[in-house]
Amino acid sequence: MIVAEQKPLEEIKGMVAGAEKILVLGCGTCVTVCFAGGEKEASILASQLRMATRLDGDEKEVTEFTVQRQCEYEYNDLAADYVREADLVVSLACGIGVQTMNEQFPEKLTVPGLNTNGLSQPVEQGVWEERCQACGDCVLDLTGGLCPIARCAKSLLNGPCGGSQRGICEVYAEKETPCVWDQIYHRLEDLGQLDKLMELEPPKNWHTSRDGGQRKIVREDLRL
Amino acid sequence: MSDNGTIVGSNLEKALKAGYFVATGELGPPQSADRHEIEHKAGFLKGIVESVNLTDNQTAVVRMSSISVAVMLLEMGIEPNIQMTARDRNRIAIQSDLLGAYALGVRNLLCLTGDHQTFGNHPNAKNVHDVDSISMLQMCRNMRDQKIFECGDAIKGQEPRFLLGAAANPFADPFDFRPYRLGKKARAGADFIQTQLVFNVPKFQEYMRRVVDLGLHEQTYILAGVGPIKSLGAARYMAAKVPGMEVDPEYIERMRTSTQGLPSIKEIRSMDDPSEAKEARRLRKKAAETEGIGICVEIIEACKEIEGVAGVHIMAIEWEEAVDGIVRTAQIGPKYDPARQAA
Repeated sequence: MIVAEQKPLEEIKGMVAGAEKILVLGCGTCVTVCFAGGEKEASILASQLRMATRLDGDEKEVTEFTVQRQCEYEYNDLAADYVREADLVVSLACGIGVQTMNEQFPEKLTVPGLNTNGLSQPVEQGVWEERCQACGDCVLDLTGGLCPIARCAKSLLNGPCGGSQRGICEVYAEKETPCVWDQIYHRLEDLGQLDKLMELEPPKNWHTSRDGGQRKIVREDLRL
Repeated sequence: MSDNGTIVGSNLEKALKAGYFVATGELGPPQSADRHEIEHKAGFLKGIVESVNLTDNQTAVVRMSSISVAVMLLEMGIEPNIQMTARDRNRIAIQSDLLGAYALGVRNLLCLTGDHQTFGNHPNAKNVHDVDSISMLQMCRNMRDQKIFECGDAIKGQEPRFLLGAAANPFADPFDFRPYRLGKKARAGADFIQTQLVFNVPKFQEYMRRVVDLGLHEQTYILAGVGPIKSLGAARYMAAKVPGMEVDPEYIERMRTSTQGLPSIKEIRSMDDPSEAKEARRLRKKAAETEGIGICVEIIEACKEIEGVAGVHIMAIEWEEAVDGIVRTAQIGPKYDPARQAA
């Protein structure tokens, strides 16, 4: 799922400084599941902003509302009255939701209350690890189902670099992030498919990734 | 080894093909635009090694570009071996730089993935990694042998012809995969390999045994990475802090005992006479350096006995003046190898 983290309160306070009436708009989908921007977090941020601006002697009028899915117009329509009343919207959705709001309600600026972090898996309570970079040309069939694009710090395609030791990647400061190529090696070994690692992978086609420009999927069979 | 790529005519290639036990050196470009520093350091390496590697912003610290330093070395009559990482350049920039490097007279190239920028002085930089070391080798070989760019377009005119090198780390994991990874590099186009610093000879012997069993020593020339340890602190640092390095505890112990019998740092600090303290410090330093160079020569001697090792790559960055003593004692390289003198 898409995971995100709330921006520091000070940064959000800076964004809302010029406004009197603020709408904090949560999203009920991915960011609710990762405890970053759902109804509860929207309520907490709204309270924080009320208290913080009161303490600063410039109390704002802060309302809160949460839509089911901020990346779709139909759901955001339900927030239209709140948006109309506000000077500024602080979105607690991912970057897609923030942009949908700006597009749908161009007369009001919607600012991001979250930093969108990536496409991750909740590996344990309170821990999300990136699993996919949406490169547009999936290689998981070659790598035992573990992604070297998202999980190798250098996005290597031909096996582990010289910094892989005892199964740990050299890059991360805490020295406990697994080397995904070490994991791929052992996974392919278990599957009896080490021959896949002996193939020479040529330079990857990155055109399907962000590098090819903004991506767009058009499904003619689904269009109305 | 006759089918090992096209002759580019570099000193390094000629020495390798002649079957000599070769010695290559290394120089780290400065973190400034100072040409004199390069000339000073390069002077210590002139005539005693086949070629000098020029690192490409090693450890992701900004330094003078390796290709521009290569030109300065060529002007000094020293053969450069430029390192090229995939960290900072995409396939367009790499190919462009290589066209220029060849036109400027560079003939040796080491293809690397590159140290991650987290280790350097610009940790917030965006990394590239459009290609990796192995796909870079394929691209460079196709430019040389097929006269095509990565995209498949023909190179109309002079193609860049480099003796292609790659790195290998026998001490990284998974150990069982490392010889096969070297094999991938050979198949991708590596004419020669320079390994990570060898400070664990038994493990390197085991690695080379597997490499030889796979016949890889007949597909590419393998140079063992060696270097002198300057101090006990340096030995401990390499053992504990440098990823992908293994240092035999025996060497750390020998560095520790190298200064035994001399006044300790603590005793030197309490000396009243500054000139006496200075001399005591100098002797301590000299004793450690002598031991470090001795260990390096021993490792070279051990490498000479390992089947499949075609020479050594001596990494004495910031201590280039040590290289002459090393190659002289080990009797290797263009100046001191008796076999070369006879020829």
